[in-house]
Amino acid sequence: MNLITTPHLSAPDDFYEALIAAHHDLSVAQSHALNARLVLLLANHIGTQAVLQQALDAARDTNDASNSRVSL
Amino acid sequence: MPAEVDFQRLRFEYARSPDQDAPAPARHPVVVVGAGPVGLTLAIDLAQRQVPVVLLDNDNTLSTGSRAICFAKRTLEIFDRLGCGDAMVAKGVSWNVGRVFFRDAQLYSFDLLAESSHERPAFINLQQYYVEGYLAQRAAQLPLIDLRWSNKVVGVAQHADHALLTVETPDGRYELVADHVVACDGSRSSVRELIGQKAKGRVFRDRFLIADVKMTLDQPAERWFWFDPSFHPNQSVLLHMQPDGVWRIDFQLGWEADPEVEKRPENIIPRVKALLAHSATMKDAPFELEWASVYTFACQRMERFRHGRVLFSGDAAHGVSPFGARGANSGVQDADNLGWKLALVLQGIATDALLDTYADEREYAADENIKHSTRATDFITPKSEISRLFRDAVLDLARVYPFARTLVNSGRRSVPATLHDSTLNTPDSADFDGPMCPGAAAADAPLTLADGREGWLLRELSDGFSALVFGSDASLHGAAPHGVPLKVLHIGPCGDKPAPGQLIDHDGVIAERYDLLPGSVVLLRPDQHVCARWRQPSTEAVRHAMRRALAMH
Repeated sequence: MNLITTPHLSAPDDFYEALIAAHHDLSVAQSHALNARLVLLLANHIGTQAVLQQALDAARDTNDASNSRVSL
Repeated sequence: MPAEVDFQRLRFEYARSPDQDAPAPARHPVVVVGAGPVGLTLAIDLAQRQVPVVLLDNDNTLSTGSRAICFAKRTLEIFDRLGCGDAMVAKGVSWNVGRVFFRDAQLYSFDLLAESSHERPAFINLQQYYVEGYLAQRAAQLPLIDLRWSNKVVGVAQHADHALLTVETPDGRYELVADHVVACDGSRSSVRELIGQKAKGRVFRDRFLIADVKMTLDQPAERWFWFDPSFHPNQSVLLHMQPDGVWRIDFQLGWEADPEVEKRPENIIPRVKALLAHSATMKDAPFELEWASVYTFACQRMERFRHGRVLFSGDAAHGVSPFGARGANSGVQDADNLGWKLALVLQGIATDALLDTYADEREYAADENIKHSTRATDFITPKSEISRLFRDAVLDLARVYPFARTLVNSGRRSVPATLHDSTLNTPDSADFDGPMCPGAAAADAPLTLADGREGWLLRELSDGFSALVFGSDASLHGAAPHGVPLKVLHIGPCGDKPAPGQLIDHDGVIAERYDLLPGSVVLLRPDQHVCARWRQPSTEAVRHAMRRALAMH
């Protein structure tokens, strides 16, 4: 199984709104902690190490791309 | 019952050896350097295999302080083979339950007893001086062991077919020639230094205080581990029971702590009082400080465990953090791997190539131990803000969600390495399930002996090779290469009427653990690691696997 990177969210706008709402009223530190818990919960749901590694790589690579844009 | 020996106060007399008066350096097949748990294990194993051993130790005492206290099941099984497991288990505190706390609330508890039908418990806690003391008592029964206290190695010269050691004693220096030298002289190994080698790896910038405290607590024998408790904020604390009413308390201090200041009783006592005061059951318990030490640690190893005629075992070869009890346990397992190989090489049955496999296999095992202990250390001592963020997120989730408990790492249970890639293994030629693949340390299981008594599988294995022959009368006659001992154990399935000399797998645990069907055969090395298994092997196939396990191919 591969990491799904094509559109897969059943309700993208609803999810995004809920994600932002979950952080409502939190300090930056509390938000970081929430994100960390969220990552762990979602990782457990996915379960498969190979897929998780693909997700880690994809997230890391995207960050590198944005860094290189900044450096331009 | 004889009065107990006070191993901590025991002093061993230096005695002049005739070798010190020899006109030319005396030659010995094996000189083991260091009479700690690893050197003593190796010396006993070699002597039981009829190999004479000179065992040198640079002082005249056993371990100072409790030091290593957790001895794992596999290590106890090795001590059983050496004839001193019973004394250790009788004295030790067997434990199976652990509790993990975050701040002041319990997150969860775990029970290692889930894996039952083994003679030995998952762990016993026993001060290192008891382990060394029982091993020394066993060594004293074996005339082939020449144990020389206050003999310090100060020179090592390597030659093609021997090593020349210079040894310093209270009577001055003398020289010894050894076919093989095994350095079991600890993390600051002088033999390692004398041959110009180093152990390399990661040094952790953290300090820990060990306090051994004598007190009467109405508390079960459990391992308690706190992350960030209010009585010792931002750090971890471990509480563990030892025999004689001694409790091990391990306080994480951080890198900035001054070891000399922290070692002072006036600074230790308030820390212990704070721990006790936080709990209703431990509050106000009177205690006495037994021993304390402040330590740092590194996860490191030598690149190669064999350098010509000199082999390295235990902390001399590799170092780990204490989380997960992989120091002394892995050292004893090194000795277990080396003993039979050295004996067969010295007896001219196997070639020198077998000794190279000691290095290969134990370097692999050291990497596995280093990996586990590094992971535990990174969880206990997060190295960055983000690492701490995820660590705390795991702990917060663990309170509610069982999945997160699998991520909490206060030290993974020490289990022997499965030597998957060993060249001594014969790869499977048939389908098998379960963990007893080639390279695995044999799992114990209950059985009924031929005379009807209950017994244990590992107790029935020989000091040489053993073959488990399940539900068949295959004799394997002629399978063993010349001079190599092979014990064939015929095991009948549960419900079978025992044939003469047959063992019965009365609960079906052997068949289940080893995935056996009638006709299946499992070949075990002298160190009880599986090296081959078949559904219906020919005698020739078994013979071939034995030669392979002896590096004869």
